[in-house]
Amino acid sequence: MNMRSFRTAAWLGWKIESNWTDPFLFAVYSVVKPLAGAAILVVMYSIITNGNFTDPLFPYIYLGNAFYMYVGAVMTGVSWAVIDDREHYRTLKYMYVAPIRIPLYLMGRAVARFLTGSFSVLITIVFGVLFLHVPIVLSEVNWLLFFVSLIMGVVLLALMGLTLAGVTLLLARHGDYLGDAVAGGLYLFSGAVFPLDVLPAWLRPLGYAMPITYWLELLRRSLVGSVAQAFPTLSSISNDQLLLILGGMIVLAAVIAVVTFRYCDKQARERGYIDRTTNY
Amino acid sequence: METAIRKNIGWRLFVQTILGRAYPRVVGMSREKSWLFFEIFLPMLSVSAYVFVYRALKAPEEYIGFVVVGGAMTAFWMNILWSMSSQLYWEKETGNLALYIMSPANLMGILLGMALGGMVSTAQRALGIILLGSLAFKVQYAVGDFWQLLLVFFLAMTALYGMGMMAASLFLLLSREAWHIANLAQEPIYLAAGFYFPIKSFNFWVAAAASIIPLTLGLDAMRQLVFPSGALLGFLTVRTEISILVGLSVVFIAAARIMLAKMESLAIREGRLTESRR
Repeated sequence: MNMRSFRTAAWLGWKIESNWTDPFLFAVYSVVKPLAGAAILVVMYSIITNGNFTDPLFPYIYLGNAFYMYVGAVMTGVSWAVIDDREHYRTLKYMYVAPIRIPLYLMGRAVARFLTGSFSVLITIVFGVLFLHVPIVLSEVNWLLFFVSLIMGVVLLALMGLTLAGVTLLLARHGDYLGDAVAGGLYLFSGAVFPLDVLPAWLRPLGYAMPITYWLELLRRSLVGSVAQAFPTLSSISNDQLLLILGGMIVLAAVIAVVTFRYCDKQARERGYIDRTTNY
Repeated sequence: METAIRKNIGWRLFVQTILGRAYPRVVGMSREKSWLFFEIFLPMLSVSAYVFVYRALKAPEEYIGFVVVGGAMTAFWMNILWSMSSQLYWEKETGNLALYIMSPANLMGILLGMALGGMVSTAQRALGIILLGSLAFKVQYAVGDFWQLLLVFFLAMTALYGMGMMAASLFLLLSREAWHIANLAQEPIYLAAGFYFPIKSFNFWVAAAASIIPLTLGLDAMRQLVFPSGALLGFLTVRTEISILVGLSVVFIAAARIMLAKMESLAIREGRLTESRR
C-alpha cells in the first residue's frame, strides 16, 4: 500500500505539473526560468570581474545556485501539495479518507517537481560547462560521491518538506510564505551562492547548523574538487566527515519530520482543518 | 426605515468603483500584519543574498545600493504579476468575475482601483525594504534632484500599472496556465530589467528591448538620481528615460482600455467568464 500511494501520487503530481500546456511550452517553461535565475548571477559576476570565469569563485557560485534548485523543487514541492490539495483542488479531505498514507502521498506529489528540477539542474550545468567554462571534467568527477550526496540531499529535502507540510496543515494564510521563507533563509545562510566567510561572523553559526551547507559542499567537491580547496570555510573537513555530518543531520531531520507531522496532523484533524478552504 | 442609497452614475460611478476596489487592497492588506512582515522579510532574504554575492566579488559599494533599490522594486513587479495580471483569473476561480461584469461598475474602473490600491500598499513594502536594506548594509544615497526622482517614480508606476492592466485583460482568457505564466515572468524579468545590476551591462539593443518593461528605465533613472556614480552606469540620460516613460504610460493605458474591451467581449462570447478548469 505504501509504494502504491507513493507511485500514484507521483503520477498525479506529474499530470498536475505538466498537462496545463503542450509538451514544447512545458519544456521551454522548465528551461527558461532556471536559466534566467542563473543568468542573473552570471551577469553580476561578469560585470565585476570583467568576464574572468576562471576564478574558483565562479564555479562555486554557479554550481551552488544550480543544485539549490532542488530545494525549491523537493522541499517546497512536498509542503505545497498540502495547500494545492486543500485550498485549490479541495481534495485533501478525500485523500484523508482514502486508504493511503498521507506522508507518502505528499512525498509522491513532489516527485514531479524533483524530475523537472533535475532537468533544470542538468540544463543549467550543461550550459555552464559549454558556455561559461565551469571546469567539470567528466573523467575527473567522483561519481560515487556525487550520487551518494545527491540521494542523501534529496532524502533530506523531502524530510524537511514533510516537516513544513505538517506545519502548513495548521496554517491558513501563511502556508505559501512558510516554504518561501525557509527556502530563502537556506539560500542566504547555507553559502549556496557565496562562501560562508563572507557572512558577518555572528551569522556564520547559522550556516554551519544548516545541512544544505554540507550537502552543497559535497556536490561541489564531487564535481570540481579544486573549488572546495579554494575556500577555507569547510576545507579542514574531509569528504567522509562531511558525509557523516550530513548523515547525522538526515537522521535528525527524519525524527523532526515524523514528530512534527504526527503532531500537526493530529491537531489539524482535531480542529477540523483538513477540509478548510480559506480562498488564500 | 431604510437608509436612502445615493446611486451614482457616469464619472461619479467610475470614481466610486476605483475607490471601492482600491479600498480592500489598502485596508485588507494592512489588516493582516504578518503579511506585511513576510512581504518585507522575504525580499530582504534575496536582497541580502545578492549583496553578499557582490561582497564576495569585492564589488564597489554602490552595487550594494543598486541591489537594495532593485530588491525594493521587485515588490512592485510581484504585485503586478500576482495581484494585477492574474487577478481577474483569481476572481474567475472564486466566482467574483461574473459579479463584476454583471454590476454597473466599469471593468476599467475596477482595474484602476486594483492598480491604485496595489500601488499604495506595495509602496509601504518597498519603502520597508529600502529602509531595512539601507540600514543593514549602510547604503549611502546622494539625491540630486528630488522632484525629478519623484517624477520618474510616478511615471514608472503609471506605465507599470498600465502594463499590469493590459496583462490583466489578457489573463481574462487564461485558465490553469495563468499561474504558470505569472510564475515564469519572475526571474526572466529580474534578469532583463536589471533588478540587481545596471542595465547598461547589456548590449545596447538588448537593453533597448528590455526597456519595454517600465521598471527597466524607471530603475535605471532612479539609480542615476540617487547614487553618486549612478550617472556613469546609466543606460540613457534621465531626461530621455523620462520621455520614454511618458510614452510607455500613454501606450500601456490606452492599450489596456482597448484590450480590456476586446477581451471582455471575447470572454463573454466564448463563455470563459465562469469557467473553472482547475
